[in-house]
Amino acid sequence: MSAVTTTSAPGTGKAKSRTGAAGAAGSTGRKTADSATSHAHRRGPAAALARHRTLAKLLTLAALAAVLVPLAHARWASGSWPEALTVDLAQPLGDANTWIIDNRDSHPVFLYFFGHISNGIIISVRAVYVTLLALGWAGVTAAATLLSWRVAGPRVAATAGVSFAVCGLLGMWVPTMQTLALMAVAVTVSVVIGALLGLAAGLSDRTHRALRPVLDTMQVLPAFAYLLPVVLVFGIGVPGAVLATVVYAAPPMARLTALGLRGADAGVLEAVSSLGATGRQRLLSARLPLARRELLLGLNQTIMMALSMAVIASMIGGGGLGDRVYQALSTVDVGKALAAGIPIVLLAVVLDRTTAAAGERAGAERGGPTWARGWRAWTGVAALTAAAALAARALSSLTWPEGWTLAIAEPVNDAKEWMVDHLYSGVPVVGGTADWAAAYVRWVLDPLRDGLQGLPWWAVLLAVATLAWLIGTWGTALTATLAMAAIGVLGVWEPSMDTLSQVLAALAVTLVLGFTIGVAAARSPRLERLLRPVLDVCQTMPQFVYLIPVVALFGVGRAPAAAAAIVYALPAVIRITTQGLRQVDPAALESARSLGATRNQQLWQVQLPLARPALLLAVNQAVVLVLAVVIIGGLVGSGALGYDVVFGLAQGDLATGLVAGTAIVCLGLMLDRVTQPTARRDRKGA
Amino acid sequence: MTTRTKLAAAAAGVLAVTLTGCGAADMTQQTSPYANVDGAKTVTLSVQSWVGAQANVAVAQYLLEHELDYRVDTVQVDEVPAWDALSQGRVDALLEDWGHPEQEQRYVQDKKTIARGGDLGVTGHIGWYVPKYFADAHPDVTDWKNLNKYADEFRTPESGGKGQLLDGSPSYITNDKALVNNLDLDLQVVFAGSEAAQITQIKQFAKEKKPFLTYWYEPQWLFNEVPMVEVKLPKYTDACAEKGAADPKTVDCAYPTTPLQKYLNADFAKEGGKAAEFLKRFRWTKEMQNEVSELIASKGLTPEEAAERWVKDNREVWRAWL
Repeated sequence: MSAVTTTSAPGTGKAKSRTGAAGAAGSTGRKTADSATSHAHRRGPAAALARHRTLAKLLTLAALAAVLVPLAHARWASGSWPEALTVDLAQPLGDANTWIIDNRDSHPVFLYFFGHISNGIIISVRAVYVTLLALGWAGVTAAATLLSWRVAGPRVAATAGVSFAVCGLLGMWVPTMQTLALMAVAVTVSVVIGALLGLAAGLSDRTHRALRPVLDTMQVLPAFAYLLPVVLVFGIGVPGAVLATVVYAAPPMARLTALGLRGADAGVLEAVSSLGATGRQRLLSARLPLARRELLLGLNQTIMMALSMAVIASMIGGGGLGDRVYQALSTVDVGKALAAGIPIVLLAVVLDRTTAAAGERAGAERGGPTWARGWRAWTGVAALTAAAALAARALSSLTWPEGWTLAIAEPVNDAKEWMVDHLYSGVPVVGGTADWAAAYVRWVLDPLRDGLQGLPWWAVLLAVATLAWLIGTWGTALTATLAMAAIGVLGVWEPSMDTLSQVLAALAVTLVLGFTIGVAAARSPRLERLLRPVLDVCQTMPQFVYLIPVVALFGVGRAPAAAAAIVYALPAVIRITTQGLRQVDPAALESARSLGATRNQQLWQVQLPLARPALLLAVNQAVVLVLAVVIIGGLVGSGALGYDVVFGLAQGDLATGLVAGTAIVCLGLMLDRVTQPTARRDRKGA
Repeated sequence: MTTRTKLAAAAAGVLAVTLTGCGAADMTQQTSPYANVDGAKTVTLSVQSWVGAQANVAVAQYLLEHELDYRVDTVQVDEVPAWDALSQGRVDALLEDWGHPEQEQRYVQDKKTIARGGDLGVTGHIGWYVPKYFADAHPDVTDWKNLNKYADEFRTPESGGKGQLLDGSPSYITNDKALVNNLDLDLQVVFAGSEAAQITQIKQFAKEKKPFLTYWYEPQWLFNEVPMVEVKLPKYTDACAEKGAADPKTVDCAYPTTPLQKYLNADFAKEGGKAAEFLKRFRWTKEMQNEVSELIASKGLTPEEAAERWVKDNREVWRAWL
C-alpha cells in the first residue's frame, strides 16, 4: 500500500482516512507506528540500532561519494549536468512524430488495434450520451435521485436531486451530460482494468510485487505530462481523453482490490476450504464478497480521480464541462469558469456520497429487505425514471428549459474585480498581493532556483540518494537517484531544477500553513466544521478555475502558479493532519495530561510524534498535488517544464513536450521516493 | 419507449463492435460522439485560444444554427493540433490560421485530407508593443534601437536583472528569443503561458500606468481598452524570412503581415452541403471581428449573445454568405 493515493474530492477526508486506515491495517502501518513511539521515547535498543543504521548508511554514501565524485569531476568538470552525458532525442522523436502522422490512416497497428480502441470508446460514449439526452433533464434528475436514494438513503438523494437541478440552472445541462457520458465510460474501463489487475495482484504474490512499482508510477505521473503522446496516437477528442483518464484513475481500483483480497479473514477462508471449495469457488463465494468494502472504496476513489481529470482532458478535446472551463479561461472569465466548475464539484459530491454510503452499508448485513424486495425496488426506480422522462417529453423540453437559468458569471466577475482592485497593491501595513508575489519571487524562489541550478550535479544526486536512503531502502534510493540522473541525460537539467525549486518552495508554504491549520482544527471541532465545506470546494474545483484569479492577484510568473498549487494542496494536508491528530490514542493523551503537561507540551511531545505516520502521508500527498499544479502553472507563466509541456501540446512538438513530460515524471518519482518513508515495510507484503 | 429502444440499440451497438472487431477501423473516419445526436446535422468547429478566433466561431455558429438549422459543436484546440484534428475529421473547420507552411504542405498538398477555405478577410500582424501612455512620455521608445535605454523600466521580478518582454501563449508563432539575442537587447523573454494570463497582466499594468513591453498582435480588441503603440523592429524582408525558415535562431527582422486563412476537412468541403458553402463564403473585416471580440472578452457577453447582437446589426453583411 503506497502512501500515494491522490484524491481530490469532497468527503475525501473520509475516503482518505479509510484508505489510510486500510494502509495501516496490515502489519505495515503498525511498524511505522512502533518506530514513531520509539522516537517518542528516544531510548531503548531499537532507537540505538536505528541510529546505527543511519550512521552506516551515511558512511557508505560518503565512501561512495569520495570515490565517485573526484572521478566525475576530473572527467566532466562542470557544475551543471555535463553535456557528454546527455542524449539528444529531438531527432528520433521528431521522426516518430512524423511517422505516426503519416501512417495513422494506413498502418495495420492503427487500423486493427488503436482504431478499434478508439472506435469502441467513441461508440460507448455516444451510447451513454444519447441515452442521457433521451432521458431528458427530468429523467436524468429522477434517475439520479432515485438511485442514490436506493443506494445511500434520503439525504444523499436530496443532494443528488438538487445538484442536478443546479447544473441545469447554471445553463450547463448539455455539457454536464457530455461529461457524465465521458466519465461513465472512463470509470467503467478504469474499474474493469483496475479490478483485473487487482485480482491478479491479490491472488499472486509475484504479480503483486511486480505490479506495485507500476501502479506507484501511474499515480505519481502528473496527467499533464502524458497528454501529448495520447493525442499523437489517438488524435484530438474523446478517445484520447478517456484513455488519459483511465491511466490516472485505474490504480486506486487495482490497489484496493488487491488489498481487499489479501486482507480476507484467514479463518473464514480456512472454513470455506475445509468445506471442500475449489479455488474459484473460494474466490467467488468468500474472498470477493469479503472484499466488498474495499472494492466499493476503490470505485469511489476511481470516480474522484476520473472527475479531477475532466478539465485537463479538455485540453485535448474531451469536451463537456472541462471544455467550458478551458474556454472561459481563455477569455479571462472567472465567472463563466466557475459556472462550469460548480457542476463538476456537484457531480463529485453526489458520486462520492453515493459510493461512500454504499461502501459503508456494504459491510453491514441489512436485515429487512430480502433479494426479492431489492429487485422490486430497482424496478420501481426504473419505472419512475421512465415516467419522469416521458412526462418531460410530453411537455416537450428534453434539454433544460432555456428560461430556467441563473447567470452567476457577472456577479462573480464583479467580486473578482473588487478583490483585485483592493488587494493588488497598497494595502496598508501588510502590502498588496503584488508585493507579496514580488517578495516571494525575490526572497524565496530566486535564491532557491539559483542555489539548485548552481549546485554541482553530483551533489544533487548525492543529496537525493542520502535523503531517499535515510527514509527508505537502498532500492528507493536507487530509483530516486536514477530518476534524477535520467533528467540530466534527457538534457533538461536546468529547467528541471527551476521546476524543482518551485515545487519545494510551494511545498514549504503548504506544509507550514497546512500543519498549523490542521492542528488548530484538531483542537477545535467548531473550526473543523467551518472549514469542511471550504476544503471540499478547494479540493474538487478544477485547478484551472484558480488560474485566472491568481494571475490577477499575483501577476504573470511563478508566484501565481505557487499560489494555485498551495490552494489546491492545502485541503489534503489540513485534513490528514487533523485526522491524524484526532486518532492519537486517548489513553496516551490522558496520561500526559495527568502528568500535568500543558496543551502545548501535549501537542509537541505526544500528539505530533504519535501522529507521525499521518503527517508523513500529508507530506507525500502535498508533494504529488503541488507538483501537478505547479506544472499546470506553465499556463500562467511559471515557465520551465510546465511551459515545455504546454508548448509541445500547442505546437504538436513531440520532442519538446515528451522530454519535458518525462522529466516531470522523473521529478515526481524522485520526490515521491524521497518523501515516502514506508517502503521498507513493503517486503512483508501488505 | 423510445428510451428503451435507444438503450437497446446502443447496447447492441457496443456489443457488435466488441464482437466483430476484426475489420479495419479507420481513425480518420471517427467524428465526435457528441455530433449528429437526435438526427440534427452537426458541424464541429475548432476554437483557438485567442478571442478573435472565438468571435469568428461565435458568429459562424450563430448563423449556422439560426439560419441554416445546423447544430454546432465547438472544441477548444490550438492551431497545430487543429490541423491534425481537421485531417482526421474530428473537427470540420478551422476559421483563422496564421500560416503553417509545413502543415499546409503535408495535409493540403500531399495527403489531400484538408482543403483550403479561402481568406477570412482579416489581416494579421505580430509585433512588439508598448502602452500609449508610456510612448507619449518617451517617444523614442518606439524604435528598437532605444529599447536598451528603457530596459530598467520594463524590469519585473520574473525578468531577472533585465527588462521584461512579455510573450504569450506557446501556441503563438514567435521569434522573440532569437530577436532579443540577435539585436543585442537587454531583455528577457517571459512567457505568460496563455493569452488569458497575458491579457490579465497587461490590464493590470495599464491600471497602474506602469511601463511594459509586450509581444502582441492585430487584430485585437484589447487595443480599444489599452491603447498601445508598435515598436519598430528591423524591416521584414524575404531574405530574412528565408534565413529564418532554414534556422529560426538567425531571425533578426520584424514579423510579416499575414492574410488569415480558413481550412476545411476535405470530405466536409465536398459533402458538407450548405454548411461548407457558408463557411467558405464567410469573410469579414478586422473592425467587425474586433467588435464581436470586445463584446465577448470585455463586456462579459457570452459568445452567443455577442454574435446575436452583431448579426442583428449587420444583416446585409452576412446575407451574402448564405
